[in-house]
Amino acid sequence: MQALRRHAWLIAFMALGLAFPKLAAVAGQEYYVSFVSRVLIWALLASSLNLLVGMGGMVSLGHAAFFGLGAYVVGIIGLDAPQWSGALVAWPLAMAVSALAALLIGVISLRTRGVYFIMITLAFAQMLFYVFVSLKAYGGDDGMSLARRSTLPGLNMANDTVFYYVVLALLGACLHALGRLRDSRFGRVLRGIKDNEARMESLGYATFRFKLAAFVIAGTVAGLAGALMANQNSFVSPNMLHWDQSGTTLVMIILGGLGSLWGGLAGAAVYLVLEEVLTAFTRHWQIALGLILLGVVFHAPQGIAGLFARKKP
Amino acid sequence: MKTKLLCLILAGALSGYVQAADKIKVGFISTLSGPGGVLGAAIRDGFNLALEHTGGKLGGLPAEVIIEDDQQKPDVAKQLADRLVKRDKVDIGTGIVFQNILQAAQASFLGADIFYISPNTGPSDLAGANCNPYFFAVSWVSDSYSEATGKNVNDKGYKNVFVIAPNYPGGKDVVNGFKRYYKGAYAGEVYTKLGQLDYAVEISQMRAAKPDAVFFFLPGGMGVNFLKQWQQAGMGKDFPLFGTGWSFDQDTLAAVGEPTLGALNAAHWNLDLDNAANKKFVADFEKKYGRLPNEYASQGYDAAMLIDAAVRDVKGKIEDKAALRKALEAATFKSVRGAFKFNKNHFPIQNYYLRQVVKDDKGRYVNKTVSTIFTDHPDAYVAACNM
Amino acid sequence: MTWLLFLEQCLNGLQFGLMLFLLAAGLTLVFGIMDLINLAHGSLYMVGAYLVATLTQATGSFFLAVPLGIVATALLGMVLEAMVLRGLYRRDHLSQVLATFALILIANETTRAIWGVQPLSLNVPDGLSGSVQLLPGLSYSAFRLAIIAVGLAVAALLYFVVTRTRIGMLVRAGASNRQMATAMGTNIKWLFTAVFGAGAALCALAGAMLGPLLAVQVGMGENILILAFVTVVIGGIGSIRGAFIGALLVGVVDTFGRAFIPTILRAVLSPAFADAAGPSLAAISIYLLMIGVLFWKPQGLFPAGS
Repeated sequence: MQALRRHAWLIAFMALGLAFPKLAAVAGQEYYVSFVSRVLIWALLASSLNLLVGMGGMVSLGHAAFFGLGAYVVGIIGLDAPQWSGALVAWPLAMAVSALAALLIGVISLRTRGVYFIMITLAFAQMLFYVFVSLKAYGGDDGMSLARRSTLPGLNMANDTVFYYVVLALLGACLHALGRLRDSRFGRVLRGIKDNEARMESLGYATFRFKLAAFVIAGTVAGLAGALMANQNSFVSPNMLHWDQSGTTLVMIILGGLGSLWGGLAGAAVYLVLEEVLTAFTRHWQIALGLILLGVVFHAPQGIAGLFARKKP
Repeated sequence: MKTKLLCLILAGALSGYVQAADKIKVGFISTLSGPGGVLGAAIRDGFNLALEHTGGKLGGLPAEVIIEDDQQKPDVAKQLADRLVKRDKVDIGTGIVFQNILQAAQASFLGADIFYISPNTGPSDLAGANCNPYFFAVSWVSDSYSEATGKNVNDKGYKNVFVIAPNYPGGKDVVNGFKRYYKGAYAGEVYTKLGQLDYAVEISQMRAAKPDAVFFFLPGGMGVNFLKQWQQAGMGKDFPLFGTGWSFDQDTLAAVGEPTLGALNAAHWNLDLDNAANKKFVADFEKKYGRLPNEYASQGYDAAMLIDAAVRDVKGKIEDKAALRKALEAATFKSVRGAFKFNKNHFPIQNYYLRQVVKDDKGRYVNKTVSTIFTDHPDAYVAACNM
Repeated sequence: MTWLLFLEQCLNGLQFGLMLFLLAAGLTLVFGIMDLINLAHGSLYMVGAYLVATLTQATGSFFLAVPLGIVATALLGMVLEAMVLRGLYRRDHLSQVLATFALILIANETTRAIWGVQPLSLNVPDGLSGSVQLLPGLSYSAFRLAIIAVGLAVAALLYFVVTRTRIGMLVRAGASNRQMATAMGTNIKWLFTAVFGAGAALCALAGAMLGPLLAVQVGMGENILILAFVTVVIGGIGSIRGAFIGALLVGVVDTFGRAFIPTILRAVLSPAFADAAGPSLAAISIYLLMIGVLFWKPQGLFPAGS
């Protein structure tokens, strides 16, 4: 029953997403197609973090590391190995690199818990940040531009609307996969670990392996998001690895609803739209944003998705 | 036959009548928040003062300036640039402070054949191999100031210099500019972490290395930290301190105060440059904003005046991009730095002056122009430019 | 590398560590006792620095401005605690992260709205602006010696309060087992407000001591916040002793990293590689330290309640 409801929402979302560029064109606001592409990529990143934090209870402040790594893989390929810059090669490669990094970082970090885990993931991300800043060959602090977007056979990726459809398709596919993951045994075990790890261990589950698997999956999807963002901006920079980015992603999922399948999308959309709207109103928009976030914390503790969640009897 | 001819004549007449724009839209992206916000605010204030002087017009066209804050984040800048170009359809872009921000946003302007006038950062690749017909810099190339300082240090006969800069390619570029003209030996060369707060370690190293002069490049808050700690370690008594104009701009002098006294730095502009445009600029800036202007403000002012003169030269027909480019290249405006001329790579050929921090008769810390280091100095990258 | 330079770098490490201790002490207390992740800790430090800078200009005396600034910041902290943070104690860490992150945004923007975007002028007071000759050939900045003195004094005071007084006992009880402490009749609310106020006062003191050395500008709190968190985590949450040892470790490792890694690398590896890797390695040395400590002791060196 739950799967059916989830499928229904997903189909509705995809339909709306497909219709959007046409609506934007009619309203003469084509610029917003690329704005929404950005929102969708952030939603992908946030959803990957939500798997880790919301479902797995592992709060990571270093998630931006995988995001940035995925982006840099695309960037470095564009510079050093342009023959591989087809999306069908570059993007899986970005995901593979992020997965490997997540494996290495996860194996070390998952020995810790709670705030120690937060700090150790932060430390890894900061270290990668400083490494990329100092790499002159790849632009260092300035970052590097992509000569052109990754290519897909038969599609003109330079066209913002085409690129938007690709991003939409990927986000839809990932949300579908994440939804199935939630409902699967893996998802149930993960939620059980979040609730009470000791109990799960006593029941015989190898909790470390489950946590590591979740960490790697989350990192892989973040790598894909990074590859997409590199294409969206035609640009990569070490800023993408900074703890600022990890923090913003965390804020998005708390805003959107931890553990909810739609939390990442809801949080990314609300945060970015709020930013866009508030900056138009006042120079002191950060105060307004801060107050709104405080309001959410105190009055909508389950985030926005929580406002829509069916109350369990 | 006659109808055909008539149609041809009409078509020719109509196409010759290029509809002149009725206003000019400027997209101004700058860093207006966070620690870097001081610089963006200065550029914006200079730009706005120029608009006041031109009566809100650029070249006779009413100017609509859309000001955006990039928060010193490259992806925000990219988004803003896209919005300005695609949604707001601006005619000209300007304003960006930092090189990495420009790197993110430039493609949005230049790729869409929109002119971008840089009132600050001047990346060396845009001066050289990647020079672009739509990119103009009214400021300098990223290592020009340090070249000038290097020459001055060399000419003064120093032979054993300690160099300190942050560990990122921009920092290393600045140091390379210094090295291009300073031919002596190095007592030490240290690269610090970006955003580092405490320089006690490096200052101790300097003291132990016993250089005959110290050259530093630490932009923004890093420089403020360093200067305060330098003074408090009593280093100024034993070691002459050389820097670039960026470390001693007027806002920094006002904020830091006494620790800057006596420091030597190089820049392309100063408060006391003796020309009519500058005198008016400095006086009106102080009247309007209650503080003295710095180089950043002068660059913002010059950017606006450059656009103003160029648009006037094409008589408002800004759609004719080839003509507008020629007008920009001619740069007929009166710059506050004195004579102004673009090189073929759209970067200035200009003088660089040695300045020293002194206290003026009102007790304020200001730069006094001491001498001219370079006259009509081009940048080091123009040979690589194929325009 | 002379002995004198080595000694001087040791002093630098000690001084940097004690600077961090002032911030880490408040943070670890708040974290350990109220179980509150307070990202706005750096904002209290910023406010403290701003107040001291403003008061110094208003009264003309740094030494007068410091106690006034500390008291003002402590009061502000306690008001903040009573009005906003109190509602967060029972919430999960993530809600605390979101709420205190929101506070950072508000604090930064409000500060900018009030004081403007230019950095504030705050210089070392005349009484401490010279150097002191410690050994023949080794002079050290008087102000930095003052920081060392203040840091050690605060450490001693905190040690005394926490281990030898009744309120300190309540604090330690609260840190190791809050429910038990409440059950035994401690007025938790009042204790929490007092602890938070003390943390805010320490922030202000840190701001006052560091303001003359560093730029007093919007956003100054976030840079140093990370270092404070690293220190707290290394030392173990809730432990003043941990914060002290952690801070000294971080100070020394960072200082020695910057002072010696590039030189050592240059001696061992090719100059090109050493020049590229040295500064980067020095920059990440404290993160490596933290990862190393957590790998060996996943809860830090001296966690409270252990």
